[in-house]
Amino acid sequence: MFSILIFMLTGIALGYRFRHVVLFHKTEKTISITILFLLFFFGLNIGSNQSLIHNFSSFGLQALLLAVAGLAGSLIMSWITYRLFFRKEDRHEK
Amino acid sequence: MKSSIFVLVVLGLGVILGLSFPVPDFLLDKSLSTYILYALMLQVGISLGCSDSLKKLVRNFDFRLLLIPLSTIIGTLIFSAAASLLLSKWTVADCMAVGSGFAYYSLSSLLITQLKEASVGVQIASELGTIALLTNIFRELMSLVGAPWFRKYFGSLAPVSAAGVNSMDVVLPTITRFSGKEMIPVAILHGILLDMSVPFFVTLFCQM
Repeated sequence: MFSILIFMLTGIALGYRFRHVVLFHKTEKTISITILFLLFFFGLNIGSNQSLIHNFSSFGLQALLLAVAGLAGSLIMSWITYRLFFRKEDRHEK
Repeated sequence: MKSSIFVLVVLGLGVILGLSFPVPDFLLDKSLSTYILYALMLQVGISLGCSDSLKKLVRNFDFRLLLIPLSTIIGTLIFSAAASLLLSKWTVADCMAVGSGFAYYSLSSLLITQLKEASVGVQIASELGTIALLTNIFRELMSLVGAPWFRKYFGSLAPVSAAGVNSMDVVLPTITRFSGKEMIPVAILHGILLDMSVPFFVTLFCQM
């Protein structure tokens, strides 16, 4: 776990140091390619795990519940934050 | 939207291949995914390090902006914890670990699978990892599709908050379209801070 943060901090330092090098600004593409690789191998692992596949419909439902819950929570909290701290300014500007 | 579909296709391809053919062990080796994950984090760091957005934010900083990622985190975690009441199989901490992916499906699912393995074994750990993957993919898709609706009923911050880490990349064009251009720095700061919080919260809740 610790090593993941180290890699990210190293990246930030490298990116800042070489921010004028054009090559370093092309990370968007390579990031998506890397993510696709990760997901492909992740899929491979899921697919070859029999019992996981067997219970997939139940996982899907649980995931849907958690996704809706997380989304609803952040919508409600961001609405409260908006009303309390941001809306006044919005009105003044208009 | 296009990229989300592509992501699902690649994932599905992996699943189908894994289902239909005997996969050689070295391709299923955990350390392979770990190395790819390291490569990913290095690149994410580089892209943050060399973008102007970090600098711009530091220069004229409005402290209220920190309240937005905070709202996303608090709201997501409270409601994920509440959802655990309906999911008897998982503990409150498990559900909060899944929620703290904040739509970063690749990283959160891999982290959860690896971190939980020591305490609950490969089987349960990969089940929770799969749920984390699906949950956070669902969240990304819903935040893309629902943005105009969120904006209308929950204010201009809602599409940013709903998107989680994706507010700075995949969902940014949608946010700009429905909440306005002035939301761009807000969305980027939100994405960066949540991005950094994912490893922190996932680790925390996996060890509880």
